[in-house]
Amino acid sequence: MNLNLLLPEISLCVLAVVLIVIDLLLPQGRKSILGYIALVGLAFPAVFTLSLAGVQQVSFSGALVVDQVSVFFKLLFLIAAALVILSSFDYTRRLSILQGEYYALVLFATSGMMLMASTRELISIYIALEFTSITLYVLAASIRNDAKSSEAGLKYLLLGALSSGALLYGMALTFGLTGSTVLNDIASALAQRGISAAAVLGLVFIAAGFGFKIATVPFHMWAPDVYEGAPTPITAFLSVASKAAGFALVLRVFLTAFEPAEKTWLPLFMVLAAVTMTLGNFVAIRQTNIKRMLAYSSIAHAGYVLTGLAAATAGATSGMLVYLLAYTLTNLGAFIAIIAFSGQVGSDQIEDYNGLSRRAPVVSLGLAICLLSLAGVPPMAGFISKVYLFAAVFDAAAKNSGLYYLVVIALLNSAVSIFYYLRVVKAMYFGPAATEESLHTAFSLRVALSAAVAGVLIVGIYPTPVMQAASVAAQVLFH
Amino acid sequence: MESFSIEYLGLIPLFPLLAFVIIALVTRPLKRLSAYLSILAVFASLLVSAWALYSLVIAFLSHASGEALVKELTVTWFSVGGVALPAGLILDPLTAMMLIVVTIVSFLVQVYSQGYMHDDPGYSKYFAFISLFTTSMLILVMANNFLQLYIGWELVGLCSYLLIGFWYHKPEAAAAAKKAFLTTRLGDLGLLVGILIIYFTTHSFGFAEIEHEIKVGALSGGLLTVAMVCVFLGAVGKSAQFPLHVWLPDAMEGPTPVSALIHAATMVAAGVYLVARTFEMFAASPDQQALLVVAYVGGFTAIFAASMGLVMNDIKKVMAYSTISQLGYMMMGLGVGAYAAGVFHLFNHAFFKALLFLGSGSVIHAVHDQDMRNMGGLGGKLKITFVTMLFASLALAGIPPFSGFWSKDEILAGAFEKDTLLYIIGAVAAFFTAFYIFRAMFMTFTGKYRGAPAHDSHGSAGGHGHDSVHASASPEDELRAKVKEHASGHGEHGIHESPWVMTVPLILLAIPSLLSGLLGSPFMGMAFQSFIEKGAEVHEELNYTVMMSSIAIAVAGILLSSLVYYFKIIPANLISRPLPWLHAFVLNKYAMDDLYGWIVNSVVLGASRAALWFDQYVVDGIVNGVANLVGAAGGALRKVETGQIPNYGLAIFAGAVVISAVLIISGSTL
Repeated sequence: MNLNLLLPEISLCVLAVVLIVIDLLLPQGRKSILGYIALVGLAFPAVFTLSLAGVQQVSFSGALVVDQVSVFFKLLFLIAAALVILSSFDYTRRLSILQGEYYALVLFATSGMMLMASTRELISIYIALEFTSITLYVLAASIRNDAKSSEAGLKYLLLGALSSGALLYGMALTFGLTGSTVLNDIASALAQRGISAAAVLGLVFIAAGFGFKIATVPFHMWAPDVYEGAPTPITAFLSVASKAAGFALVLRVFLTAFEPAEKTWLPLFMVLAAVTMTLGNFVAIRQTNIKRMLAYSSIAHAGYVLTGLAAATAGATSGMLVYLLAYTLTNLGAFIAIIAFSGQVGSDQIEDYNGLSRRAPVVSLGLAICLLSLAGVPPMAGFISKVYLFAAVFDAAAKNSGLYYLVVIALLNSAVSIFYYLRVVKAMYFGPAATEESLHTAFSLRVALSAAVAGVLIVGIYPTPVMQAASVAAQVLFH
Repeated sequence: MESFSIEYLGLIPLFPLLAFVIIALVTRPLKRLSAYLSILAVFASLLVSAWALYSLVIAFLSHASGEALVKELTVTWFSVGGVALPAGLILDPLTAMMLIVVTIVSFLVQVYSQGYMHDDPGYSKYFAFISLFTTSMLILVMANNFLQLYIGWELVGLCSYLLIGFWYHKPEAAAAAKKAFLTTRLGDLGLLVGILIIYFTTHSFGFAEIEHEIKVGALSGGLLTVAMVCVFLGAVGKSAQFPLHVWLPDAMEGPTPVSALIHAATMVAAGVYLVARTFEMFAASPDQQALLVVAYVGGFTAIFAASMGLVMNDIKKVMAYSTISQLGYMMMGLGVGAYAAGVFHLFNHAFFKALLFLGSGSVIHAVHDQDMRNMGGLGGKLKITFVTMLFASLALAGIPPFSGFWSKDEILAGAFEKDTLLYIIGAVAAFFTAFYIFRAMFMTFTGKYRGAPAHDSHGSAGGHGHDSVHASASPEDELRAKVKEHASGHGEHGIHESPWVMTVPLILLAIPSLLSGLLGSPFMGMAFQSFIEKGAEVHEELNYTVMMSSIAIAVAGILLSSLVYYFKIIPANLISRPLPWLHAFVLNKYAMDDLYGWIVNSVVLGASRAALWFDQYVVDGIVNGVANLVGAAGGALRKVETGQIPNYGLAIFAGAVVISAVLIISGSTL
């Protein structure tokens, strides 16, 4: 046992408890200080996580692993948490959300995601996942007097519980067949005994449980409803951090435990990737609500990321990590802009974005940059990460020619996607504004948006450090 | 070249980039200052570009050739694992020529814009966008690798999008911007696929390395042809070649100086530049198949677009179709292997076409209308505009010694040697060209002024009303409408020549329209071509047959045009009266817009509708069916008020079960 390895998670939980205590002591009307404490407090887990960079250690009877992959994901979660907290300052005040619980839950969820990225044992995986999910169910419903938010929370809870059932069923089957819950032991047992039908069943049900988290077809249906109803910062959190955490699990479980069954799941993920991105993109075209549009867009992006798993090489995994980081920054930026607009305009309908570039030029520019990045237009991060990922998948096509088609489908899809992203840009820049009155955006939101957009541009123009980190991390999974 | 170090090249796009940033962040409220800043920046770029060109010309004149005329600078952009992405600059005669064209035209267009955009509320924003465009275009032409070129390529597309839709009040402008962006993106997709194929076979993005790899056989045969045709697809989109030409005429919704800069002289020529830059790769394809594709697409576009230019009544549309047609000529030139001739035509065309657009802008500025049927007799009022445009028209029509003659003739001579069919296509297109441009000149500048006395003069025919500038209500348009009322009160006496900031650029552009062709004429020993070919000796056998017939064709076109529109001996409806359907069909752009509209509506949106339907009904429906089977579970869950939950939930299980079944069954049969 080495508690040092758990310091990022522990510090987050302590911070969350401290927030709840301070919340009790603060008089009504002074609660907004909680957000600042949460934001500044993130420095602790950040420092602890950075201090673990380069460490390669397994502890807690093989349940916990700290390696480059987990550190990469933990930093990604911290970036997401920081931007979500920063963009919640204005939002929670406006919708009178209970701030103490809200920020504490965000921190708990973050520590849960960190655990998801750090476990290599089925029971801990399940616990980490449930820990994260339960906090997110509550957060989705946290606008108390809003029926849509409550509905989102309830839906998420019920469907999440069902998917957990599927996951547990798969885990039980796998344990029954291999006699172990530790991923490496499962791998050696499977390699020894071969892949039976029951093993396939176990594998698929585990994939279904994770598929729910990352919202791939056909486990995606909750996403648009929950994204639309949840508080927008939480929607952003769900669409990036929670999805990335799901991918952390998928990577670790499939590249280690189910590595012997590669022949079974490679075609599975190839088909899932193609179907997911295509359905996500085409349905997104017809959305009129921007949050729903981005929900389908995020489904499509899950499909893009899955192409890396369908290739299952170190290069493609590195591509997935870079893509996830670029997507995290970009999607957060887009959602922060949406928070800013909905706060002023009071609507998430795309038609209400008409002429916003004249009313809020800076926020519009930020949103436009993020949307173009999502569409994969250079020089934004979305472009270079797509090049990096798809190039790696294309490289792997030498041993699996189906990947050629997958890359072509992915490229066609990203061409289609520009259609709906551009619709918002067009509305903002060329649409007739109902009024020309300029909008005031809260300072915290402007800071958050600038940070996200700066990230999008920096990763887009100078991606070397991120790619290097991802490349080193990906190697870990291919030993 | 010792005086010019390749590192200085980086300065060229830096100036306009700084101007963009400063205007966007600081000087936006001070419109005069913004404009001066932008103009000053591009002038600085022009000076550095001139220096770069000068150093190459000096080397060229002292008989340097081949690699001695090429300077490259490559640094690693990023390097991860086995993937190293380069960033680099190239300075060779082709790039030096493009730099000079881009900076000169951008400079003159910006000077002109001070007058044209005078009262526009988005004045500063306009200059910011133009600066950003200039930066992107310069990045594009100095890239020494595909990746950087692609980034510049996308950025110019983005700026084009912003500038076409600049008058966002007009729904047509917004629609045109979107159409331009999406249509060119379609071509860009091909370019990207081409780049990927090249990268995975040659493991390089750099032009020089790729050429080397192709020489040693890393990429050859059918795959090379496929890759190059994909690359060409990008050029087809950007340079508005058939069948992706549909966006360019619509792009005329943007301000006219933008049309001159982006949609005549620079960005649309980027496609031609791309083919020229990768010419060796095209030429390496088996039997030069890839070049053949370029030649035929270019040739067909040249005649196809010229035929539409014959019937357009909107002065800017005539210029738009003319541009498409001329770009087709350049492609055809490259395709038949007349590399230097194609590039030479790009060079000459940039100046005279920019002049034609700016001249049209000056006319529109004076009469506040774009329909040539409402013009006439303006030659006396707009003397400078008339004379300068006449220079450009003679250049376009191909009358020696004006610039267009030399390059077009050389393209035709190249086609004549290679492929008789292409020569005939080119010759007929040349006849059309001479005819339509002088039709436009006669309709605009000669005869009697036909502008309606009432200010509302655009109702004479459907379909063109939205093209006229005063059809919508931007503040600028309102002002124009006011001026127009004022003008019409005095009849044609209210029409004045444009201010000097607009006429001086016209005069400056008229000089190269007359003279730039001489650089590549036999009188100067084909110096331009020899320079572009990196100092190779160019011993073109002068084909006097082609040359004389070119002149005869041009003169015939002008003559026929004058008989119809000046002397009015031949009625204009000689052909359209007996064949009204043909006229209508051509006027309707061969119904290609309708075809694409139908494709987008029924196929893309249809697929989207189908996907939505599939998501809602099929997936849901299957799940419903399962739910009915598993009545108990469904019934219990259905008590929850949100009806879809049982369906969504069952989708998870049904999905998992179906996937397992498929995997197990397919696995057992293996």
